[in-house]
Amino acid sequence: MADKSTTSEPEQTENPVLGIDQSAGNFSYNVDYEFDAGTGLSEKTIDYISAAKKEDPWIKEFRLKALKVFESKPMPTHWATKDLENIDFNKIRYYLASGQKPKRTWDEVPDDIKRTFERLGIPEQERKFLAGVEAQFDSEAAYSNVKEAVAKQGVIFMNSSEALREHPEIFKKWFGKVIPTGDNKFSALNSAVFSGGSFIYIPKGVKVSHPLQAYFRINAENFGQFERTLIIADEGSEVTYMEGCTAPKFSTSTLHSAVVELVALKGAKIQYITVQNWAANVYNLVTKRGIAHEEAEIKWIDCNIGSRLTMKYPGVVLKGRKARGEVISIALANDGQHQDTGAKMIHAADETTSNIIAKSISVGHGRSTYRGMVHMPKHLKGCKNNTECDALLINTNSRTDTYPSITVRGAENKVQHEASVSKVSEEQIFYMRQRGLTEGQAMSLSVNGFINDLASQFPMEYSVELKRLIDLEMEGSVG
Amino acid sequence: MSTLTEHSTPVGPFTLDAFNHALDAHKSLPTWWIARKKDAYAKFASLPYPTDTDESWRFSNRSTFKLDGFSASNTHPKALANKIELLGKPALTFVNNELVASNPLDQSLINSGVIVSTIKEALKSHPEVLKAHFMAQTQRLGSEKFASLHTAFIEDGAFIYIPKGVEIKQPITIVHSANGDLVSIFPHTLIVAEDNSQVSVIDYFVSDSKSKHFCCGANDLYAGHGSKITYVGLQNWSNHDLCLQMNSTVVRRDARAQSLNLHLGGHQARHESLSQLQAPGAFSEMLALTIASGEREFDQRTLQIHQAPNTKSDLLYKNVLQDKARTIFSGLIVVDQDAQKTDAYQSNRNLMLSDSAEANSLPGLEIQANDVRCTHGATTARIDPEELFYLQTRGIPEVKAHELLVFGFFEEVLNRLEDEDLHAALRSIIQSKFK
Repeated sequence: MADKSTTSEPEQTENPVLGIDQSAGNFSYNVDYEFDAGTGLSEKTIDYISAAKKEDPWIKEFRLKALKVFESKPMPTHWATKDLENIDFNKIRYYLASGQKPKRTWDEVPDDIKRTFERLGIPEQERKFLAGVEAQFDSEAAYSNVKEAVAKQGVIFMNSSEALREHPEIFKKWFGKVIPTGDNKFSALNSAVFSGGSFIYIPKGVKVSHPLQAYFRINAENFGQFERTLIIADEGSEVTYMEGCTAPKFSTSTLHSAVVELVALKGAKIQYITVQNWAANVYNLVTKRGIAHEEAEIKWIDCNIGSRLTMKYPGVVLKGRKARGEVISIALANDGQHQDTGAKMIHAADETTSNIIAKSISVGHGRSTYRGMVHMPKHLKGCKNNTECDALLINTNSRTDTYPSITVRGAENKVQHEASVSKVSEEQIFYMRQRGLTEGQAMSLSVNGFINDLASQFPMEYSVELKRLIDLEMEGSVG
Repeated sequence: MSTLTEHSTPVGPFTLDAFNHALDAHKSLPTWWIARKKDAYAKFASLPYPTDTDESWRFSNRSTFKLDGFSASNTHPKALANKIELLGKPALTFVNNELVASNPLDQSLINSGVIVSTIKEALKSHPEVLKAHFMAQTQRLGSEKFASLHTAFIEDGAFIYIPKGVEIKQPITIVHSANGDLVSIFPHTLIVAEDNSQVSVIDYFVSDSKSKHFCCGANDLYAGHGSKITYVGLQNWSNHDLCLQMNSTVVRRDARAQSLNLHLGGHQARHESLSQLQAPGAFSEMLALTIASGEREFDQRTLQIHQAPNTKSDLLYKNVLQDKARTIFSGLIVVDQDAQKTDAYQSNRNLMLSDSAEANSLPGLEIQANDVRCTHGATTARIDPEELFYLQTRGIPEVKAHELLVFGFFEEVLNRLEDEDLHAALRSIIQSKFK
């Protein structure tokens, strides 16, 4: 249904069985913006952003080139949903900042932002315990606190503008290299107007014991957020990065188009975890890709619950011998939502292995789509891929699609793909109701059971948050 | 945005003049048929050639899929390229779009109303059946242009009609053949199985091995309520041919259609297979075996559409890849909103026997009903070294063990055939390809 709706307000169709409470999780605060580039996109917008951020000329040059690429690329609607055509690029604000420098202590963070975090459900104590909190408040980091211990290890953790200004020698080399500007229309858009995001460098052999964490939110009507993240894990290092999104609900569509690049050098391990819970009017069009060098490992754990339309296919280019890539994907599509997610595994060296596990849940008129690509070119030996996609359909009018694409050359590689579609079994629901659970509780329990094996791979706090988000989605789902 | 340079003549030799010339050559065609052909020609000429952004042609080598060079009219002798004997004499033999031989049906079948005839004949005797079923289903797999070309230029084909309740045990064989360099042919087989009837039909496609042909075929299968159609498409075109086959199957209440397509020949062979499950209890079984060798490309596109509740489809496509061959399997299961209790399966297995071969797999699902059982799978691998080792430990030489495992790979598909004679005949044809 999502692709047919022309208004940004998602359909509030009362489902005969499930009446989803759409207002749960909606909140927003008034914020005064000091810098505002206005609506629409032109070279002037880029002049403005570059000036506001006091950027080096090469970055501005990079942005201007990207703008041309963005303008020249057609919408990918020959394979993607026509809903993309409803994005009005002229009505979007491409840069907003409250003019704040990243804060160093928790006390300095504005109270209303703290309230947002509270609503996210992270207990105060746990918040303080988190290794580093880089919470993106609109375009600029409103709060940034790298735990001292991490900084002592030589880890660099700052926002994109800061990092390019202060450590060009580290970040320039890989910036825009994993995902070139012209990769797709939205990576070009991001390259033109990016602001915020996290740039992280983990030195050789450093194992970061606590996950690094950042929360993003959109907080202005018609405001697109274009954060840019680049994580470089030097040889033998290990890092886990967590990104969570919640956003207030607005009446006109907003656009979120991030670019996330990961580089795992020889023997390094990167785990990137996302819980995406944008409001149901957000277009979330994200390009995420990592390069894994020899014996390196990149694992994407990607969970999509919110947004109107999400298009996101985290990928790993397996560039070095014995590199390993993994994508764990969970998607939940409710009324008016289309979760178009998946994974890409590009094998480019011998003995590389990849694993994709995708589970989706479609509720009401929700639509979830798995799109995948596995590529094993010529003359590679001993490459393996395993892909499993499972879809759960809750209501009679829920929808799911699966579109994998698998190319294998040569006889020395092995690929297997499996997908299944099912519904919650009536016997299960009946059994739980007999034991005194309401139908809604039973449904929620079943859905959580369906993703339990994947959810358990999340760090504790995310796993808990995920369970709560699913409860929230299924809450009051049975009238 | 000009892609015209690549295809300077999107109609190739099939110009309006050529079309009119072909029409003039056949006097006394019914006016509705002529009108349909003219519509089809207009559609063919106006539809664009498949482009880069055409998802239904993804991975296909479009630069070699060209009509240029072929001949629209053919003056070659209508001689059969090879002698065909497959479970008895063929009922009908077409060479270069013309019927050259036929063997009469058993008198008992004729008495029960069975018709095995030509489309030319049926235009006179059964226009209403042709109107209802000939190319009646919308092409949804990417070859709308070539389906129109087929309708515009078709001259003749097989017409098989089984009346209500009649069961035919012996398979009916139809031979479609091309002979002479650069000949274009448009083979067609139309099968209408009325309620509770049973029939099994073999389409045998063959061309002279020395020259190149353009084979643009189609078949329409209609399985009425409670009927059962077994269809085998045995494609053994010359290794130089450009071929395209468009299959459409409609399955009605409690009917069962089983089709097995064997792809052995052609330089570039595309096969589209559409199965529509239109009423409860309908079951469509779609099977295919491909032996891809040399530098050839086999492109298979399938669509299983479940339009009614309680329907079932089961697809198993197996490819063996040798040398520098390429295969593409693109399958889609569509379950409509009303089609609850659908049971759909789709499986693509690629066996890689060479380091230079390439297998592309696009197994897709589009599900809009929740109470369904839908699974698909795709695997690509070489022969399991452990299986090979096991056979060797039992004293079987490696070469023989390898051969046994390859033949075993095909057996899973061939075992689905109920007719044991047919199974044996197809097995020996496949095995001869490895000698």
